[in-house]
Amino acid sequence: MRKKIFFNNNIPLPPLELLHFFFFALFTSLYTSLAQQLPREPMEWRRTYGRAPKMILLEANFVQFKEELLPKEGNKALLTFPFLHIYWTDCCDTEMYKSSVKEDMMRWQNSLRTHGSSDWVIIVVETNDTKKKNKTNILPRSSIVDKIRSDFCNKQSDRCVVLSDPLKDSSRSQESWNSLLLKLRTLLLMSFTKNLGRFEDEMRTLREKRTQPGWSFCEYFMVQEELAFVFEMLQQFEDALVQYDELDALFTQYVLNFGAGDTANWLGSFCAPVRNWSGLLLRRPIDMEKRDSIQRGEASLLDLRSYLFSRQCTLLIFLQRPWEVTQRALELLHNCVQELRLLEVQVLEGALDCWVFLSCLEVLHRIEGCCDPAQLAANCSHTVGLWAYATDKLKSLGELCGLVSKNGPNSEDLNRTVDLLAGLGDERPETVNSLQSPYKKLKEALSSVEAFERHYLELSHAAMEMYQAIGRLRSARLVGKSLAEFYMRKGDPERAETFLQEALKSYVSEGWSLPVTHTRRQVAECQKLLSKTEDYLQTSALLAGDVNLTTDERKHFCQEILSFTGKSGDQSHKVTLSMGVFAQLTQLKFHPAAASVHSGAVLQVELTLRCLMPVSVRIQQLVASIHFEVDHGGTHGRSKGAQRRTHPGTVVFRQSNSSAGPPSSAGAGPSLELDEIQDRSPSDNSLNSTGVICKNTHLLMRRHDSNSPPDTPNCISPPTVGIKEGAQMLKVQDVTLEPGNNSITFTAPPGTYTLRQLCATVGEVQFILPHIYPSAQYEVYSQEPQLTVEPLSEPLLAGLPQKVKFTLLTGHYTVKKGDALQLSNTETMPILPSTSCTARISSPTSELVGESTLSIQSSEKVTSISLPPAPPYHTLEFQLEVLCIIPSGADRPANERLTNGEVRHRPRSYSHPDTPMTAIDQRMSIDCPWSIYSTLLALTFYIPFKTKHSLLSAGNRQYIQVCVQNVSDVNFALAEVKLTEKQHASLELQSLNTKTQQLLCCKHSVFCLWEVRWKDDLPSCLQCVFSANFSPLSQDISAYKPFHYQFQLERVTTLYSVKAEIFPPAGEQRCRSGVLCGLEVCITRLTEPAEGEIAEDSKTETDGPKTTKLMYEVADSSSNWAVCGKSSGMVLMPMTANATHKVQIEVMPLFAGHLPFPKIKVLKYLPHTAAVAIQPDPDSCVENDSLSLLDKTLDDQGDTASIRSRGSVHSVGSGDQQQKGVAMPRLEPFSPGQVFNHSHACQVLVLPATDDHIMEVNAT
Amino acid sequence: MNTNMAVCIAVIAKENYPLYIRSVPTQNELKFHYTVHTSLDVVEEKISAVGKALGDQRELYLGLLYPTEDYKMFRKLHNSFTDVMCNPFHNPGDTIQSKAFDGIVSGMMVQTA
Repeated sequence: MRKKIFFNNNIPLPPLELLHFFFFALFTSLYTSLAQQLPREPMEWRRTYGRAPKMILLEANFVQFKEELLPKEGNKALLTFPFLHIYWTDCCDTEMYKSSVKEDMMRWQNSLRTHGSSDWVIIVVETNDTKKKNKTNILPRSSIVDKIRSDFCNKQSDRCVVLSDPLKDSSRSQESWNSLLLKLRTLLLMSFTKNLGRFEDEMRTLREKRTQPGWSFCEYFMVQEELAFVFEMLQQFEDALVQYDELDALFTQYVLNFGAGDTANWLGSFCAPVRNWSGLLLRRPIDMEKRDSIQRGEASLLDLRSYLFSRQCTLLIFLQRPWEVTQRALELLHNCVQELRLLEVQVLEGALDCWVFLSCLEVLHRIEGCCDPAQLAANCSHTVGLWAYATDKLKSLGELCGLVSKNGPNSEDLNRTVDLLAGLGDERPETVNSLQSPYKKLKEALSSVEAFERHYLELSHAAMEMYQAIGRLRSARLVGKSLAEFYMRKGDPERAETFLQEALKSYVSEGWSLPVTHTRRQVAECQKLLSKTEDYLQTSALLAGDVNLTTDERKHFCQEILSFTGKSGDQSHKVTLSMGVFAQLTQLKFHPAAASVHSGAVLQVELTLRCLMPVSVRIQQLVASIHFEVDHGGTHGRSKGAQRRTHPGTVVFRQSNSSAGPPSSAGAGPSLELDEIQDRSPSDNSLNSTGVICKNTHLLMRRHDSNSPPDTPNCISPPTVGIKEGAQMLKVQDVTLEPGNNSITFTAPPGTYTLRQLCATVGEVQFILPHIYPSAQYEVYSQEPQLTVEPLSEPLLAGLPQKVKFTLLTGHYTVKKGDALQLSNTETMPILPSTSCTARISSPTSELVGESTLSIQSSEKVTSISLPPAPPYHTLEFQLEVLCIIPSGADRPANERLTNGEVRHRPRSYSHPDTPMTAIDQRMSIDCPWSIYSTLLALTFYIPFKTKHSLLSAGNRQYIQVCVQNVSDVNFALAEVKLTEKQHASLELQSLNTKTQQLLCCKHSVFCLWEVRWKDDLPSCLQCVFSANFSPLSQDISAYKPFHYQFQLERVTTLYSVKAEIFPPAGEQRCRSGVLCGLEVCITRLTEPAEGEIAEDSKTETDGPKTTKLMYEVADSSSNWAVCGKSSGMVLMPMTANATHKVQIEVMPLFAGHLPFPKIKVLKYLPHTAAVAIQPDPDSCVENDSLSLLDKTLDDQGDTASIRSRGSVHSVGSGDQQQKGVAMPRLEPFSPGQVFNHSHACQVLVLPATDDHIMEVNAT
Repeated sequence: MNTNMAVCIAVIAKENYPLYIRSVPTQNELKFHYTVHTSLDVVEEKISAVGKALGDQRELYLGLLYPTEDYKMFRKLHNSFTDVMCNPFHNPGDTIQSKAFDGIVSGMMVQTA
């Protein structure tokens, strides 16, 4: 028994019908189990072209071998392809094999070879039964197999398989069964891969030929679809889908190329007029009808697309991607419409709408069929597009067929409907029995107005709800708008308005001007129909000002308003509209700019209104209501108004475009309005705190989520705020506003007011601007006259004539002829008479009004300045020259009273922190004609010089030195320098100054020296006056001004002379460093004691010879000398002339060279006083500290002297000090000049020490 | 007619108002405005979805925004827009009035002539 079987794929497809199965009894069971068990285990399928390997299950169909079933050359059918040929035999008899089986096998092999098939296998079935039957001529089992292998399987031993006892349930048979299955799977897959690869290659070759003439897309379609079928059969839906997608893309590309002018011949069949628009059919796995028409090349574009999509849909649903179906469906529908347009295919009007509508619903039904409702609801974002598309299409069908109009369809419409329905054909058998099908729906909807409305509303609401559910509000509103248009056609404006307003709100808030205009026009139509007068006028005004409309349209809407205003209707009721729709306040300007004038002057408020109307509009009345500001009346506001704005006098209002441009202003909100605040202490006006406040928080801090739209003129409803009754108003009657900018001027009444509202009245209509923002304030005020004096140049220098400027703000006062200012004269600051003094009168805007010469009359006590007449609120300016006399120092005149009885304050000099110059404040008292009180004004002068004096002595000779330092910034010339003594006529002061004139540059000093000569006795106290003339360098000699400096010198006489000598050590010629030498100090009394001196000392000394105690001190500050032994000591000095005292001290030079003598100081020694009455207070202790310390260096004697000489400090010997005298002995330095040091600045030569290895060079 | 050219180009501010909008067949302008405005639904949806999923790695190209049977809408034009934004005199949020930008847009559009 032998059977040749070929092994085929199990494909549930028609071609199989041609085959019939032939089984022998034994094999029936074998085939069944083979067919069952073969796909049980997956095989790894390695693929060509780098595609990822997959695990697949192989299913197979077994068919009896017939030669005519072998594929002919060029046969592309892959589905009916025999992949593996199996030769079954149970022959175990050698004879039999040799006689017939081998021959049969040969024939089989030959026929395979001629057809080029190399995929075969020989299965030898062994059973015990067969073995038993023919025991005698049985060969060993292996021998038959070996024979077959050697005969046929040349090097391919795996092509022959043994199956032993397949029907038995032994482990051996099981094992052989399994290995057979594996072998079959492997071989089958090998063959499949090989043949598939060949098929794909052939398919590609065919595709590459697509540019050749005669290539047919439909033919190619069938080939590639075959591949898709194979993949589908192998459950490789993804791969199957790829095949269809490739076909889709290829076709799309052809259509696009056609559009670009590249025409393919085969495309002609697709350009045939569309005759059938029955929509997609997705309920069959394969629409054979359409497939056939494609195969025949008779398919239309819609047929091809429909078939392609139905296949893609089937595969996507297999792949469980229903949402991709909906997405692709929408793309497909759009694409088809575009392709038909591109190919210029003839289509009946509305036919495509039908096709799209049916297709949308078909897809939705198909998806509903494979998903549960919850899934559908969760994924309506995927389906809503189809719903909306269907709605849209139904609407346009309704319009086409006259189902939307009020009157219903006419005969033409009915004809069209019939034509459209004819193209639908008969309903498909799949849906004939279902209650609802896309077909039924469309037919019904087109059948009557009512049915259409029902279906259309149902679809619209469904789409809107879905859009809202997924948050696509704009899409929902667009559907709503479409619905509104439907209602308007049906004559139901009430319902339409809701949808339109909703949409309008969204466009306005997002700033889409064109949609705003369009929708607003629809709203206007609604409102007119609904006779909502106010709303309609408001909308009309907005439209009249809308630049997106044509001028004619705008004029129409403007006329709508004007014709309403012309109606003489109910007088009590005026229609109030928002100003913003009519005109915009762009700018507000004050004249003058300070927005603040005195009463009597004219303050004008100029408004710039941009009229948005296309034609000029006559306004009966334009009113600006103003609000009185209580808190700043009077004069305070003046400065405030000026500093508040950056551009004084002009307020520019930010524009929010009414025709909905970018709502950037609305989006960004109002800008911050910040003000600086300063909290000052009420007592001394010092700053307590400062900060910044936001003035418009109420606008900025508004909740953004609240529903109120930005308060731009876009707001749809008219303003609720009317003009306030009883408010004060600025009014203008009968103005004509031209389109564009108009300027309107008001005149402001006195007071401080804020502009609040604006109202324009046109007949029965009022346009109101409820808030003028940013707020604008003006002020008409009254002011007191003010007089100020300020230096013309800073600083004012004392001692020289200086110009000062008088400024008089007349305020409300009118300066009459004969009015004069009365200045009380002071000695320290005379007013210099000048011949020509002119006064300038200028207006508040700083324009020069007039000039006139002032007449100044000076009497002994008063200088009177007669003023020229000047109007109120003008400025009067003039200059005067004054001279501040430099106080010379000592003399203090008694207080005197001024003419007005006030106590004259002596100008006090003080040092100013900003300048090294000493300042003097000069006060002026002025009597003004407008007040009974005197005006007190102060000027600060600065003394340009600092003067110092000092006493110098050489032996008995005395010299006085005066130093003049110029501390100002001006260069001076100094002349006629003099020094005089007041009391002692015998005294002669001989000038040692050679120059008569000195240059004294700024920050420089001049030193002057005089020798004091006397005849009889030198007075102990000298009263000196230094005087000089000075003038700024640039001026001539006549401008010289005197400068005086008084001072007093005390204790001028030289009392002691100190002489020191240094002796080398005994036996040496010179001093040597490191060797002790002797220092002899010789103190000599030069004069008899003066009276004052005796008086000083008499308190401490009792009777007896008059002596005084001196303290000497040898101090070497430069460490040149080492003092050995006592460096200081006390000397009792007889108070007679030429009394001498010598002191020997040992000193050691530390260096070699010319060394200066060590310093020798002589101090007054005051022993402790017996009478100590008062406890020393801490202050005096501190004061005395410096003097009681022995080793304190007292180098700064010069300074002490200068202080003392001014007479302000009486430190030495005054009773005061003595009273407080401390219980300790004290030391007191002598005044400069009282002790003359002979050896001051003497030097002695010191030789180096004998050991001269160390050489020190001391350069001083 | 070249079908690959744009017919309407719009640049929308993040507050959803148009910074720039231009379309070629002027008679359809209104329709384009409606369409672009509606497509913002999808833009918002995609941007928020991208933000959630990928954080900073935003895909700037958002794909098909609003399929219609007439036109396809995409988001393009990033480079030129970036240039406009880099102009120191341009105030972000203002409408775009750059001539260079206008020129590039014209290049992308269908020539009506």
